[in-house]
Amino acid sequence: MTRPARYSAYGLARRGLTGAAWPPAWRAHELRPSYDVVIVGGGVHGLATAHYLAAKHGITNVALLERGYLGGGGSGRNTAIIRSNYLTPEGVRFYDRSLTLYESLAADLNFNVMFSQRGHLTLAHSDSALRTMRWRAEVNKLQGVDSELLDPAEIAGLVPHVDVSDQPRYPIVGGLFHPPGGIVRHDAVVWGYARAADANGVHLHQDTEVVGIDVVDGRVRGVRTNRGPIAAPVVVNCTAGWSSLVCELAGVEVPITTYPLQAAVTEPVRPFLDTVVVSGTLHVYVSQTDRGELVFGASVDPYPSYSTRGSLEFTEGVATHVLELMPALAKLRVLRQWAGLCDMTPDFSPIMGRTPVDGFYVDIGWGTYGFKAGPVAGETMAELVATGTTPELIAAFDLARFAEGRLVGERGAAAVGH
Amino acid sequence: MMLLTCPHCGARDAGEFDYVGERRDRPDVSRATEQEWRGYLYLRGNRADWTAELWHHRAGCERFLTVVRHLGTDEVRG
Repeated sequence: MTRPARYSAYGLARRGLTGAAWPPAWRAHELRPSYDVVIVGGGVHGLATAHYLAAKHGITNVALLERGYLGGGGSGRNTAIIRSNYLTPEGVRFYDRSLTLYESLAADLNFNVMFSQRGHLTLAHSDSALRTMRWRAEVNKLQGVDSELLDPAEIAGLVPHVDVSDQPRYPIVGGLFHPPGGIVRHDAVVWGYARAADANGVHLHQDTEVVGIDVVDGRVRGVRTNRGPIAAPVVVNCTAGWSSLVCELAGVEVPITTYPLQAAVTEPVRPFLDTVVVSGTLHVYVSQTDRGELVFGASVDPYPSYSTRGSLEFTEGVATHVLELMPALAKLRVLRQWAGLCDMTPDFSPIMGRTPVDGFYVDIGWGTYGFKAGPVAGETMAELVATGTTPELIAAFDLARFAEGRLVGERGAAAVGH
Repeated sequence: MMLLTCPHCGARDAGEFDYVGERRDRPDVSRATEQEWRGYLYLRGNRADWTAELWHHRAGCERFLTVVRHLGTDEVRG
């Protein structure tokens, strides 16, 4: 097998001067009749799992099946925010490992993922919100995560144009600042993992939909796809919004409800905002991309659905809330809006690990926080599949916790507006 | 925009309503097994298909109503 050339300044100069074509970042393959591991879902979680299986554990006879195109689901629809300032110690440890992996991801994958650690600021508009933030800051510090409370004057110094006066309906009373947080180019993360997994021999199959999962005597035997059957002793479900439907194919019940989450982007303007600004009370988060566009995200839609159609209610709501935070943006125009699907769990934590069906693993329940967890989820799921031992980092996120009453309550820090 | 038909107020914008949840029967607490009770608390159909749901006409007559909606398309029946 020939490995694709590494990206380098030399390669760029050589191809620039000679006009030589760039090789494709990954290849297409025929479907083999059997694989050691089948991963369902070609987003950042599935691709990261495939990459770490191959790169860290030497398991390369792996097929990744994607119904559409790589990164076309939640991985290409999130607002690309990375942070680790969660509320529970389990959550903080887990997301901090992900942040650490993101910090070295560009070098590890030989792919520029454009991670910008510009700082992440969550605003408090009430005493109770400030109290939860103080709690979060202390939990974070105990886990070694950089996180501190700011007062309104400090916020005004950090973020230009944010209205810290007593004029808004919900005046800002403080904020939780998390300097290592930031944004990353989400497509680049998907492409980087795909290219690295492909280079190690993983087969990436796009336009390949799983239509059935064969289970015999409580063990998974393979999957049926629109391109034919595949025998496999291990199947990993990484399908986010559609995860409960894929679990149903294997006869596994999971406590998941699928909600759309909408986001929008404005026309590009000169760079002025070098912090990610989040307001839970106003259900909005704002960041400025490298191209200068402002990205707005919100909380999930008020009712579950698999529809990814945008709504006028969302645009109105997000515009109102952004203008309450930053009145100076009133003349900006929204260029486009979209929705992604979030597989919400009752405790706002993921479901990772084994299921009652032997060999059928899940990495699901990623709700509104899946993108930032991609690297660590891939690393831990690969370890579980390769070694058969559940890594300490994800032991708390098992499926059995719902029946046994061991919920991991992340509602207070997982997302906005819950 | 999605319209829901309230039996009392007629067709109204979905923004006037609160989504309560999928319609499901509460098991008899005195006889339910632990698994049945956890299932009632946490498990939902969540199918991209027609689903009977309970909604509340919050900004209207305050009544609860059943809505049959397709979760794949947001079409409302009846």
